[in-house]
Amino acid sequence: MEVAQKTRQRRSRLLLSLIAAAVALTAFGSVGAASADEIGTDEYDYYFAGNVKYDGDPLEDVLIKVSGGGYNAEVVTDAEGKWKIGVPEKEKYDVTLDESTLPAGVIVVEGQATREAEFGLTNSAAVNFFLGEGVRVTVSIFDQFVERFINGINFGLMLALAAIGASLVFGTTGLSNFAHAEMVTFGAIMALVFSVFLPLPLYVAIPIALILSAGFGWALDAALWRPLRRKGVGIVQLMIVSIGLSLALRYVFQYFIGGGTYQLPGSTPDNLELFGSVKLTLTDLLSMGVSILVLLAVAFWLLRTRIGKATRAISDNASLASASGIDVDRVIRIVWILGAALAGLSGILWAYFRPGIKWDMGASILLLIFAAITLGGLGTAFGALIGSIVVGLLVEVSTLWIPSDLKYVGALVVLILVLLVRPQGILGRRERIG
Amino acid sequence: MDWGTILSNTAAWLISPETIAYALAALGLAIHFGYTGLLNFGQAGFMAIGAYGYAISILSFDLPWWVGIIVGILGSVVFAFLLGIPTLRLRADYLAIVTIAAAEIVRLLFTTQAFDEYTNSADGLGNYHAGFRAANPFTFEGSVGFGPWVYNANQWWVRLFGILLVVVAALIVWALMRSPWGRVIKGIREDEDAVRALGKNVFAYKMQSLIIGGIFGALGGVVMALPSAVVPSVYVTSLTFFLYTILLLGGAATVFGPIVGSIIFWVIMAFLSNVLPALVQVGALPFMTTIQAGVLRYILVGVALMLIVIFRPQGIFGNKKELTFVK
Repeated sequence: MEVAQKTRQRRSRLLLSLIAAAVALTAFGSVGAASADEIGTDEYDYYFAGNVKYDGDPLEDVLIKVSGGGYNAEVVTDAEGKWKIGVPEKEKYDVTLDESTLPAGVIVVEGQATREAEFGLTNSAAVNFFLGEGVRVTVSIFDQFVERFINGINFGLMLALAAIGASLVFGTTGLSNFAHAEMVTFGAIMALVFSVFLPLPLYVAIPIALILSAGFGWALDAALWRPLRRKGVGIVQLMIVSIGLSLALRYVFQYFIGGGTYQLPGSTPDNLELFGSVKLTLTDLLSMGVSILVLLAVAFWLLRTRIGKATRAISDNASLASASGIDVDRVIRIVWILGAALAGLSGILWAYFRPGIKWDMGASILLLIFAAITLGGLGTAFGALIGSIVVGLLVEVSTLWIPSDLKYVGALVVLILVLLVRPQGILGRRERIG
Repeated sequence: MDWGTILSNTAAWLISPETIAYALAALGLAIHFGYTGLLNFGQAGFMAIGAYGYAISILSFDLPWWVGIIVGILGSVVFAFLLGIPTLRLRADYLAIVTIAAAEIVRLLFTTQAFDEYTNSADGLGNYHAGFRAANPFTFEGSVGFGPWVYNANQWWVRLFGILLVVVAALIVWALMRSPWGRVIKGIREDEDAVRALGKNVFAYKMQSLIIGGIFGALGGVVMALPSAVVPSVYVTSLTFFLYTILLLGGAATVFGPIVGSIIFWVIMAFLSNVLPALVQVGALPFMTTIQAGVLRYILVGVALMLIVIFRPQGIFGNKKELTFVK
């Protein structure tokens, strides 16, 4: 199976390759009919015409097809890159440029290789394709799979940073925190504020953003969640409070940064070729490295330090932990701080992966975070890690078979299916599902 | 500032199709959450299915408008089964996450390019009004009404039809909740195990509740589609959150709560969307732009939702004893 793949448009150098004015073509047509390679222009009154050029040079023998209304015709361009196809009706037709007849390394960069063309007031219409340097490599399905797989791992690791915090909060307090998504956005926006609006160098801005994220988590716990815990508010009520908080914060972000998309500085567009046609940017590699290091540190913290062990003890049984002399409130405070810092980091990395920062960016992965922690087993930190990587892989790899605007659907469907057969998730314990 | 225009624009929202649609969907949510204790966060999905079921039946299959409504209802019943079978045995917060995920799946399926032929993807659907308007009992020309409520025949017909649906739905909820069925439903909310111990099939009752509330959601979607168009970006998770705000504002386990909640919600939203930009323009709020003034009201919705849940979880009409949130 061969699949044509194009490089991302923002990276390809756009070359305006065709300037074909209908006026010029009609002039040619009246002088010498043979100047453009033509078909059907004698039989029909209406025709499409164009001029295929790349970087100023005409391209010969490029196949152009017209279809529509039961009529089909095709023609190849002449030595000057010109073509002309007559059509029977003054209607819409699909005009296709066969990309496999272009020279190697040249593709249609703007729009599709097939486009809908229609006539204006005249009997002729110019149809031009913008060609550019690009990779229309026919990538083997295996190479594509590897590339999506690596992207999926990258996305999964980012998701894990956010999901572990949400999962620890759920484990220690029972709260499904819908506002966790806004902590992700908060980290990204703080990085934006300090690296673009102020502007400080990135290696200063990102630590500041992380510290502020951690402080944000602490503030939310101190101002909102701890008083509510003291008040003994039920978990469903807490969940709806977190929804209100999520809405309020999301629109506060929009209030300050508006509805547009911002970019963080320092993204490297250069591709590192790994093997075959698999490429990664330096940013991708760095992002994966940071994620893995931080996740290892969190794992060490959970398994080897006193506070980490206390956290797991509270997740298992809060009253027993409290009775054994663990200061539950303090641990929960630390979990909020840690969770918010991790979410903030995930937001910054995700801003490079998406790419871009937007007021509702966190909300768009909230469900994937929930899917990840539910898949892994609610309240288990390592379950959240496994669940995130599964979700990340599903989202990226599934685009091999399903349209990319449906890529989140795959992950969500799997979430529902898993709940059917194993409601407690991958690492969860039976008793949690009640 | 032109207070006359502001107040008249605000008053128009008392009977706007949006207000009616939200009231219907919130009534459905009252059955789910208020009476049965089901945390359905997928009401936007039910509404989307109602709206698209109606529009696609008319546009793609040339069915009469009332068949379109029935298709929307059947679609929501199927959706309720798909949603309920895997999740109704699970704990409340699982249901919340699965329903919200399912509603997003529905929205993404309606938005994707893959089914463009039927759904027109992100652009949404329109121009399906002929059948509904032909059934209009009003025959007057031009606009009729008084005060801020001056509408033409088609606009009145949409409002009349919507209000009729709300009245019928409210009667159904009222009758159901004083029936033995309603007592079982409320029993499930209070203590599922006790009801099971009495020999009731809790799963079946929850499923029935999910279906009935889902049908109301679908009807809300139809009313939303009646006046203008079906746009997929409306049916996002925020829609469900707004419905929860409405429901909790009015009172979750009440018949009138969702209706009055919807009216209050939309009237306040309309008032703010008129008054805030006006205040900015006369320079009373020097620190914000008119765009920011538009965003401010959504911040207030979020804050209001938090305050209601913390300080008055039973809402305006509710009885505190009636609302035991699932612990």
